[in-house]
Amino acid sequence: MSAHGEIILEAKGISKTFPGVKALDDVSLTLRCGHLTALLGENGAGKSTLMSIIAGVFPPDSGEVILAGTPGSFSNPREAHEAGIAMIFQELNLVSNLTVAENIFLGREPMNRFGFIDTATMNRHAAALLERLDLAVDPATSLGSLRVGQQQIVEIAKAISTDARVLIMDEPTSAITEHEIEVLFGIIGNLKRRGVAIAYITHKLEELTRIGDDAVVMRDGRIVGAAPLKDLTHSTIVNMMVGRETKKISHRASTAPGSEALRVENISLNHPDRPGDFLLRDINFDVRRGEVLGIFGLMGAGRTELLEVIFGLHPASATGSIHIDGQPATIKSPTDAIELGLALAPEDRKREGLVLGMSVAENASLACLPRLERFGFLNEAAERQLVGAAIDRFRVKTPSQKQMIRNLSGGNQQKVILGKWLATEPAVLLLDEPTRGIDVNAKGEIYTLIEELVTDGLAVIVVSSELPEILTLSDHIIVLCEGRKTAEFDRKNADEESIMNAALPKEASKMIKAK
Amino acid sequence: MPPRFAKFQSLIALVLMVVAMTLLSDKFLTPDNGWNILRQISVNLCLSIGMTLIILSGGIDLSVGAILALAGAVAAGVLKNGVAIPMFDALLQFTVFGAIVCGIGVGLILGWFNGFVVTRFNIPPFVATLGMFSIARGMTMLWTGGFPITGLGAGFGYPGTGVLLGVPMPVWISVVLVAAFVIITRKTRFGRYLYAVGGNERAALLTGLRVNHIKTWVYTLGGGLAGVAGLIVTSRLDSAQPNAGLGYELDSIAAVVIGGTSLSGGRGTVLGTVLGCLIIGVLNNGLFLLNVSPFWQQIIKGFVILSAVAIDKMNTNKP
Repeated sequence: MSAHGEIILEAKGISKTFPGVKALDDVSLTLRCGHLTALLGENGAGKSTLMSIIAGVFPPDSGEVILAGTPGSFSNPREAHEAGIAMIFQELNLVSNLTVAENIFLGREPMNRFGFIDTATMNRHAAALLERLDLAVDPATSLGSLRVGQQQIVEIAKAISTDARVLIMDEPTSAITEHEIEVLFGIIGNLKRRGVAIAYITHKLEELTRIGDDAVVMRDGRIVGAAPLKDLTHSTIVNMMVGRETKKISHRASTAPGSEALRVENISLNHPDRPGDFLLRDINFDVRRGEVLGIFGLMGAGRTELLEVIFGLHPASATGSIHIDGQPATIKSPTDAIELGLALAPEDRKREGLVLGMSVAENASLACLPRLERFGFLNEAAERQLVGAAIDRFRVKTPSQKQMIRNLSGGNQQKVILGKWLATEPAVLLLDEPTRGIDVNAKGEIYTLIEELVTDGLAVIVVSSELPEILTLSDHIIVLCEGRKTAEFDRKNADEESIMNAALPKEASKMIKAK
Repeated sequence: MPPRFAKFQSLIALVLMVVAMTLLSDKFLTPDNGWNILRQISVNLCLSIGMTLIILSGGIDLSVGAILALAGAVAAGVLKNGVAIPMFDALLQFTVFGAIVCGIGVGLILGWFNGFVVTRFNIPPFVATLGMFSIARGMTMLWTGGFPITGLGAGFGYPGTGVLLGVPMPVWISVVLVAAFVIITRKTRFGRYLYAVGGNERAALLTGLRVNHIKTWVYTLGGGLAGVAGLIVTSRLDSAQPNAGLGYELDSIAAVVIGGTSLSGGRGTVLGTVLGCLIIGVLNNGLFLLNVSPFWQQIIKGFVILSAVAIDKMNTNKP
C-alpha cells in the first residue's frame, strides 16, 4: 500500500449537466491514502453526482479522474471497481435472496475446474472478510435475514473484497443503529490504517470529529471550501454550506392570517420494517388560511411521510389527530382527504402526480370528474371550459388541451397539477418539493402562483429540502430531523444557519428509539 | 394519440389480409362467408371486450374461458333440470329468461370474486385468475358430472341461432355490447378512471380515485361478459359442454394485444380489440378455406401475435 498522506486520486475540473440543471461546475477534488475526506453540503449540492462520476456510474461532461497518477475515467462501475475504486451507495445494492457470500462475490464468483461456482472457497473467503469487519454471521445465510446495519457491513465487505484503494461511502449511517455505527467507525479506522482513501458523504457533522481528516464543502455544484477538519468549527461549516449570496427576496406583503385551516396533533408513524421504531414521532403544527407553512428537513427526516400521513396514505400505521377548520377529521384514504378539502402535489411528479399516457386535459380534470357528469356521461364542453380556465389561471404553456402531458416541461406539468387541485376547490394545499427538477425561470413562476393562491385565502404547506425555497415562501417554518420536529420559526426570526442547525442530526445516539 | 395510431395499423393489416384472402380464394369474399366470420368471432368478441377493460386497468384475466363454461352449464342445468331445494322438498323451475339471468349472474359473481381477491389480498391478477380458472373448471365438472347438458329447446336456442333482420343474433349481441363499451370507455367517468388506473395507479390513488372499487368493477364486468359468451356458445350448440371455452382466454388476450392495447395498462381501445378479433377471425377462416393444416394455422397465428406486438413496441419506443 502507498504511504499515508500520498495522493491516490485526483478529480480535475469535473463538470456535469443534467437536463435543466448544472449539477457540477468545474469541481476538483483530491483524496489521500489513509485519509477520510468528508463531503458536506445541502441536498442537491452535487456530492453524490461527484462521487458517482469518480466511481464510473456515469461519465463527466468534461474533466478527468486520475487514479494513482494514471488519467482516464471509467465507463462503468465495474471498471472502476477493478481499478480499486469501490462505492457504497445510499440505497443498498444487494440481492436479498442470495447468501451473504454470494452477494460479496456477485459477478466474481470463484470457479472450480469444472466451471461451476466453488461455494466452499467462496464461503471461506467471505468468512475471512466478515471476520475482519467484526460481523459474526455465517456467509451461507441469506442476506434478507440480516438487519439493515449488518447488510451495510456486507456491502462494505463487498467493496473491500477487491482490495479497494479508494472507498466512497454515501451516508452510510443514515439507516443503522448506534452499535452498528460504532462497528462501522472501527472498520473505517482499520481501513485508514491500511492506507485506504475514504470519501464520506454525510449530514452528521458530529460523527466527523471521530473519523474525519479533511472536509470538502459543496454548494450548488461547486466546491466552496476545503480544509483539514481540525481547522473548522461547526459554525464555519454550516456557514459554508448555506452561505450563498442571499438574493433579495421579494416576498408578498404579509396579510393578516385567517382562521385555522389544518391542525395536526401528535402525529406518529411506525417504521414499516423495524417494530418499535418510528419514522415520525409526535409532530404538532397548525396552518391558517392565507399562510404558507414551510417544512424543512434533510434526506430521511420524514418530510414526505408527514404529508402522506395527513393525506391518508398510512391509515394502519399512523397515530395522532387531524383537525380541519377546527373540526376533528378522520382520514383513511386520499379520497377522504380530498373530500375534506386537502390536495397533495407529490414530490415525484412523473411517478405519482401524473398519468403520463393521458393528455393535459385528462390530467387536469381527473380530480373533479363527478362535477363534469351529465346524465351519466362526461360533459366535454364543461371539461374544456374547466381545463381552459386552469390553463389560463396557471399560465400553462401548451399547444392545446389535447397535448400529451409527457411532452410538457417540468414546470408546466407542475402547473397542470396545481390546476387539477385548484379545480377541487381545496382549503389546504400540500406541496412536496414543488420545484424539484424545474428550471430557474419556471421556479419563479411557481413561487408567484403559490403566493397568489395564498393571497386568495388558501392555506399552503410547502415541504422542501432547499433552504432558499423555504425562506422565500414561508410565513412559518418547522424543521424536521429524523422524524421529530426540532425547531419552529417565524419568518422574521428565521435564517439559514439556525434552520440548518436544527435540521442536522445532533448525535448518532439520538436516533429515534421507542420509549 | 398513440392508441389511434395503433388502431390504424391493425386496420391496415386487416385490409391487407382481406385482399390477400380474396385473391387466393373465390370462396372468401361472399356474403355468406362474411356472416360466417362475424358469427364465429362474436363469442371471442364478448370475452375480448371484458379482457380489454381488464388489461386497460393494468390486469389480466385467465379465467374467462372457465367462467364461460360454468355460466353456460349453470344456465343449461337450471333450465333443463331446475334447482332442487331439499329443505322445502321443492323443485324450482326456470324460464329461458330466468336461465339467462342465472348464467350471466354466475359470470358476474365469479368476476367479482376475481376483483375481490386481486384488490383485497393484493394478489397479482395473473395468479388470482389462474386460481379462478381452476375453481370454475372444477365447479363446471361438479355441476355437469362431466356430461354435456343437451336438449335445451328452441327458446333457449334463439340467442345462438336466431336471425333478426337478416343478422344472426350472436352478431347483434356482440355489436350492441361493442357499441355500449365504446361509449362507456370514451364518454363516461368510469372509462376515464379505467385509463387513469391502468396508466398510473399511484397517481390515480393520490388523485382520490377509489382504485380498488374501480378494479373490482372491471373484473366483475369481465366475468359478466364471459357469462354472455357462455350463453351464446351453449345456445348455439343446444348443449352445455363441460369443457367449453378451453383456451378461449388466450384467444381473447391475443385479440386485445393485436388490437394495440398495451399489456402494461392505460393504453388501448375497444375498437382496436374489435379489429384484433376480426384479424384472428379472418385468419382462421381464410386459412381454413385455403386448406392449410390446423397445425400450421396455430403457428401462423402465433407469428401474427408476435409481429403485432413487435411493431407496436417499435412505434412506442420512438421518441
